[in-house]
Amino acid sequence: MGFLLETLIGGLMTGLLYSLVALGFVLIFKASGVFNFAQGAMVLFAALAMARFAEWIPRIAHIHSKAASNLLAFAAALTVMVVLAWLIEKLVLRKLVNQEGVTLLMATLGIAYFLEGFGQMLFGSDIYKIDVGLPKDPIFLLERVFPRGVLVNKEDLYAAAIAAALVIALSLFFQKTATGRALRAVADDHQAAQSIGIPLNRIWVIVWSVAGFVALVTGIIWGSKLGVQFSLSVVALKALPVVLLGGLTSVPGAIVGGMIIGVGEKVSEVYLGSQIGGGIEYWFGYVLVLFVLLFRPQGLFGEKVIDRI
Amino acid sequence: MLYRENGQFKTSYRADQQVFPITQDRIGIALLLAFVIIVIPVIAPEYLFRAILIPFLILSLAALGLNILVGYCGQISLGAGAMMAVGAYAAYNFQARLAGMPLLASLLLGGVCATVMGVVIGIPSLRIKGLYLAVATLAAQFFVDWACLRIPWLTHGSSSGSVSVATLRMQGLQIESPVRKYLFCLVFLVVFAMLAKNLVRGQIGREWMATRDMDVAAAVIGIRPAYAKLTAFAVSSFILGVAGALWGFVHLGSWEPATFSIDRSFELLFIVIIGGLGSIMGSFFGAAFIVVLPILLTRLPQWFGIPIDTALASHLTYMIFGALIVFFLIVEPHGLARLWSTGKEKLRLWPFPH
Repeated sequence: MGFLLETLIGGLMTGLLYSLVALGFVLIFKASGVFNFAQGAMVLFAALAMARFAEWIPRIAHIHSKAASNLLAFAAALTVMVVLAWLIEKLVLRKLVNQEGVTLLMATLGIAYFLEGFGQMLFGSDIYKIDVGLPKDPIFLLERVFPRGVLVNKEDLYAAAIAAALVIALSLFFQKTATGRALRAVADDHQAAQSIGIPLNRIWVIVWSVAGFVALVTGIIWGSKLGVQFSLSVVALKALPVVLLGGLTSVPGAIVGGMIIGVGEKVSEVYLGSQIGGGIEYWFGYVLVLFVLLFRPQGLFGEKVIDRI
Repeated sequence: MLYRENGQFKTSYRADQQVFPITQDRIGIALLLAFVIIVIPVIAPEYLFRAILIPFLILSLAALGLNILVGYCGQISLGAGAMMAVGAYAAYNFQARLAGMPLLASLLLGGVCATVMGVVIGIPSLRIKGLYLAVATLAAQFFVDWACLRIPWLTHGSSSGSVSVATLRMQGLQIESPVRKYLFCLVFLVVFAMLAKNLVRGQIGREWMATRDMDVAAAVIGIRPAYAKLTAFAVSSFILGVAGALWGFVHLGSWEPATFSIDRSFELLFIVIIGGLGSIMGSFFGAAFIVVLPILLTRLPQWFGIPIDTALASHLTYMIFGALIVFFLIVEPHGLARLWSTGKEKLRLWPFPH
């Protein structure tokens, strides 16, 4: 029983990390209708920037406090992501207005390739560490209920807290601020939003910046857990089924979808993996989402699109 | 001046509906065929066959298959690599398990297996479309990748799915030298291109295009969407399967599941989009572009004598590749095929444009 609980918690934590990437997808899709394949590359890029700035800044500025250098590195990486968002809007999205979905999808794939190459050229292609001071020691919970307690990584708990804070902050931003309202208006109807004077281009820059911010946070959490390396960009592929499961337009959907897939993956890997050869994690999310889509084409929380097919 | 169709009157429906109605086009195609069949095998160096021509032919074939699905029927698929993998591994199994199986039969049967798989992964398209469908086809991609890696039966017991084939022979004729491999692939490509061209001109092709343009309207005029979509999946998967088998058997000789990973699917989608959606010609242009570009990018610094280390070169290749894709999408979203047809239009009026 304790083992099952451990598996479940482990799955929830992994799922939460998927959710963070999925969140970036959903934000951009909602605001601009672009299915952003480059989110994974953005996570890699942001994490690389963060890791390297945290290394460079103390050396150049002679700062010895770790917190200060991390904070500075975070600010620098965030600036880089905002500049990137601005460039993407200026150089790519603005020129591709009114193109079909598949063309935009391909464009983001192009951006992904570019970022992967550019990031590694700029920041190097080794494995880097991000150390933001998350504690790594495991703790045991519920020792009274189960014989040996439930093993939980403290780092995971912090990551979960950060993710929760991020989601709350984003929902407040979307619900309570004027910019957030403008973002929702654009998501609802581009033309109507434009006709009441919402500047589409600026909104896109903001949305891509927010997605860049989410990518940065994701990159830091993943990076401090697994190290910053090229394989981070593959995370995007893990997050795709999460997005579809939750529904392309739903922020809570991204979170819940991530949890479901994270838990499902872990549980099926542990309990079925030995029987059919292991590596179920690789496709579990996709096959699950395939079945869900057959019955609920809009995903669990997506807006129902009434459409004949 | 030379490329002009006035004066060419058609006196029968047959003549009016032929594939190349303009005489100059027919002459051009005949010359091109003569060139690739007779001249290239004589003059091209061996490196050219291995590095460019054979990959180009097979990728064109694969792109042709994907173009039928994405370009003509409008169903976005990111599972093209999986179809190629099914074709390659199925053909391998036919060769390895059945003694005396003719090469041609295994290749085509590989295509048939891919067709079956394609129809299965096409079933979700009856319920979902667009980007959702793209992700649904990704499910097939990941599942096939995994199955080839982990299920030993599928790969005839070889560990981690890496297999290799013996020397290819057909009717006692060994297909070993690059020239023969090239001609072998060329025959496949020409035959399938003719078939595809005629399919998309015919009733079924019109049904695909109607479904692509507006599925509701297509259903109203009596096209069965399920039939149109599934046939597109079937035909496309068959061609992709044969291309996959050729890629494994003729181009590589030995391969592993990573050969047909998701990167292959993306690459094929690039080919189709850069070449031009819904254009047979575009598949060729796109494939040529994708095959030549990376080689050019790694060769260019050498030619100019700029020393460049390999890591940097590979990063630069990624960057330039990504940037070029975006650039092409912005400048010519309809692909190279559109440039080609614009060029032809211009040529008709040359040298006296209005």
